[in-house]
Amino acid sequence: MMLRALMFVMALAVFSPSPSFAVEPDEILSDPALEARARELGKSLRCVVCQNQPIDESNADLARDMRILVRDRISSGDTNEQVLAYMVDRYGDFVLLDPPFKASTLVLWIGPGVIAVFGMFAVVSFYRRNKSNDDATAVAANPQTAPLSDDERKRLDALLKDDDA
Amino acid sequence: MKKLTYFLPLAVLVVVGFFAILQLKQVSEGKSVNLLPSVLINREVAPFAMPGIQGHGKGWGSKDLVGQVTLVNLFGSWCVACLSEHPFLMRIKDQNLIPIYGVDWREKDPAAGPRWLAKYGNPYTLIGNDPQSKVAISFGVTGAPESFLVDKKGVIRYKQTGPISSSVWKKTLWPLIQELRKE
Repeated sequence: MMLRALMFVMALAVFSPSPSFAVEPDEILSDPALEARARELGKSLRCVVCQNQPIDESNADLARDMRILVRDRISSGDTNEQVLAYMVDRYGDFVLLDPPFKASTLVLWIGPGVIAVFGMFAVVSFYRRNKSNDDATAVAANPQTAPLSDDERKRLDALLKDDDA
Repeated sequence: MKKLTYFLPLAVLVVVGFFAILQLKQVSEGKSVNLLPSVLINREVAPFAMPGIQGHGKGWGSKDLVGQVTLVNLFGSWCVACLSEHPFLMRIKDQNLIPIYGVDWREKDPAAGPRWLAKYGNPYTLIGNDPQSKVAISFGVTGAPESFLVDKKGVIRYKQTGPISSSVWKKTLWPLIQELRKE
């Protein structure tokens, strides 16, 4: 019982979505409202060193400096949009973890859908073809898989009945 | 028809291989294959000014770049690749090819940059201190070393990610510098 409880706790620790923040105490703004905005922005900006982490979760030095810059700009009165525009201006759309939908990012957005549709089409046509071939080819290849004869059917029913009793 | 599908993986491999070889060829020819294309090419340097580092004067700002073709180079004493690029920068300086404006990036110890320059030599016309990446971010920098070729109007014309090698210099930077000087 103890072991099971322990395993449950461990599984919880592993699988629960716990965002790991790299934001250090000395970075945090004294105004909680501004800090909340900084956290929101920090989640949507990519760390350009580690590339698959938001700056809020990255321990890279440059990510830290970007977090501080975000806070500087918020404190000096920038809106969230202005802060994002500032970063995009310098690093391109790449810096946004959620890239905008436009001509240059079309493949990014449409690509997976197109591939999924293509894949589904391939799977469906594969099974459809197999099914129509199945009965005929299977019997030809291996006579033992031929449908049961009436005699065989009766024997099978009898056997199954015995089992029930 | 069915047999043909067995060749599909091979076909994919050939196509992927083709692009891989194309990319490798570019690297071997000394063209920089930028991991991230800079959005700042052909845009004016954002206004900034930064203080100097210990014992190397007053620092510099975006205004210092106007009126001449310059090479802006981002380095740090902590950066190993910068050291490998350094002898080449010294040669550029010794032959007086182009003024190099240095950005000493992210030094934890303010004395580390000057110590590094004292040990290996100083190729820079002016050096600024950027401990909090403010200038680095305004250049869209992702790592050191990075260098930018800036024209007379203060517009960024080329970005070199990683060390400047002699082949990059010969094939790209030096011809471009001469072109920009004529503008």
